[in-house]
Amino acid sequence: MSLPLLLTIWQVLSMIIVNRLFPSPIMVAQVMWDAATEGRLLGDLGKTLWRAAMSFVIAMALGTAIGIAFGRVRWVDRLFSGWLLVGLNLPAIVIAIVLYIWLGLNELSLILAVILNKVPLVIATVREGVRSFSDDLDELGTVFRMSALRRLRLIFIPQLTPFVLAAARTGLSLIWKIVLVFEVLGSDGGIGYRISIMFQFFNISGILAYTTAFILVVLAFEYGIMRPLERRILRWRPVRN
Amino acid sequence: MATGPELKIDIAEKRFPGAPDALFAGLRLDIAPSSVVALVGPSGIGKSTLLRMIAGIDTDFSGSVEIGGQAARAAPTPGFVFQDPRLLPWLTAIDNIRAADPDCTHEQAMEVLGRVGLAGAGALYPYQLSGGMQRRVALARALVVNARLLLLDEPFVSLDRTLVGEIHALFARLVAESRPTVVFVSHLTEDAAALADRAVLLGHRPACIVADMSLPIAGAERDQATLERYRAMLDGALESDGD
Ligand SMILES: Nc1ncnc2c1ncn2[C@@H]1O[C@H](COP(=O)(O)OP(=O)(O)OP(=O)(O)O)[C@@H](O)[C@H]1O
Ligand SMILES: [Mg+2]
Repeated sequence: MSLPLLLTIWQVLSMIIVNRLFPSPIMVAQVMWDAATEGRLLGDLGKTLWRAAMSFVIAMALGTAIGIAFGRVRWVDRLFSGWLLVGLNLPAIVIAIVLYIWLGLNELSLILAVILNKVPLVIATVREGVRSFSDDLDELGTVFRMSALRRLRLIFIPQLTPFVLAAARTGLSLIWKIVLVFEVLGSDGGIGYRISIMFQFFNISGILAYTTAFILVVLAFEYGIMRPLERRILRWRPVRN
Repeated sequence: MATGPELKIDIAEKRFPGAPDALFAGLRLDIAPSSVVALVGPSGIGKSTLLRMIAGIDTDFSGSVEIGGQAARAAPTPGFVFQDPRLLPWLTAIDNIRAADPDCTHEQAMEVLGRVGLAGAGALYPYQLSGGMQRRVALARALVVNARLLLLDEPFVSLDRTLVGEIHALFARLVAESRPTVVFVSHLTEDAAALADRAVLLGHRPACIVADMSLPIAGAERDQATLERYRAMLDGALESDGD
């Protein structure tokens, strides 16, 4: 495992560079424990995770639906692929600022900003997926006179799934990052908000404690949910090493 | 006894978009109920295309295909084997077979799988099967539909000799028992000699029927001498077309 190695290097470095601004992992763990038991860490974490989850689910649903339309319907693609390109290249921060100005510094604009940042990515991935669908398998549905529902279940969805999973994976790492940035920009709590306050006091151990807690959650999600889920859903694929 | 449908094939013209010449022009082929027809001919002549038009997969041609008096797409589900195995990669062998027929139970699928010699492979995914095994799953999938019409594109390739023998026997038994109409493509005259009661040779371009032979002795009653005679007859017809 590479994580213990990272921790060891960190610990050794902190023992060489003795400085208030470079705390050791043990100190950070101590601060993290205190913040979790007595401070606001859990509340902040919950807030951030809730925002991330909301935006993730909505963006995935919306992006998948629109992506399918892009991939399947010629005129949708022709009319809106320019918009998609703009969406893909809009700086995340601009979307957030504009929404904060229009809708105010509130929960809705934050979540909406995250969604708007992620949706184009999902659309683009799903569109490529739908375009790559095999005519051969459609013929299979035709020759065996499959009902629309069976085609959906046996041919359409299984072809789409790997792309939705890929979009979920890239989208998730994007969301983890921008949720924090948008929280710094304007919100009433959450990991990013707390970190920005601690920044004003140069509270580096606090910042690292919060970041570490956040990363732990992300890792737990990745190894506890995403990977097993992918392995299970894509078990029909040859195992590659 | 139940019989298979009669086929009336009348292809006025079939041309692929962008192709300089027509693949078929004025091809007529009537197939009697419950007959077993081998479609033989050189590579690229249009055997697969013809089979796909009969199955209603390819409808982009002028002319008509009637199956038991119905248009191809309106006719009941045929048992179809593509030239490639064409299994759904995300389904196990069993589920691939069941995909062809919503009413097929797990037990029925297992039974058919056993008949093509794959009793132990039911839970495997296509990537875990060899090419020949995949083809046999595809054959089982076509058989499970219990169709009155079987359309098989090279169903016996990439099988070893013993396996070919077994599958031939299985096929002959099925034909004798439920008497479907069968059209199968094969480039091996031994398949045709063993199983068909009529062999149609395609040649030229646009493709037409260059030989139409009847093999009157019933499949089960063919002795070695008959098989060899039929085979020689078919090989002779193929070669004379080559000139
Ligand atoms: N989708 C397609 N688009 C354009 N041309 C095609 C298409 N499918 C087949 N053809 C052409 O039609 C001709 C007949 O193809 P077909 O697959 O029916 O041949 P075949 O007799 O089955 O050959 P083989 O024995 O090699 O399988 C070929 O010349 C091929 O190039
Ligand atoms: Mg072919």
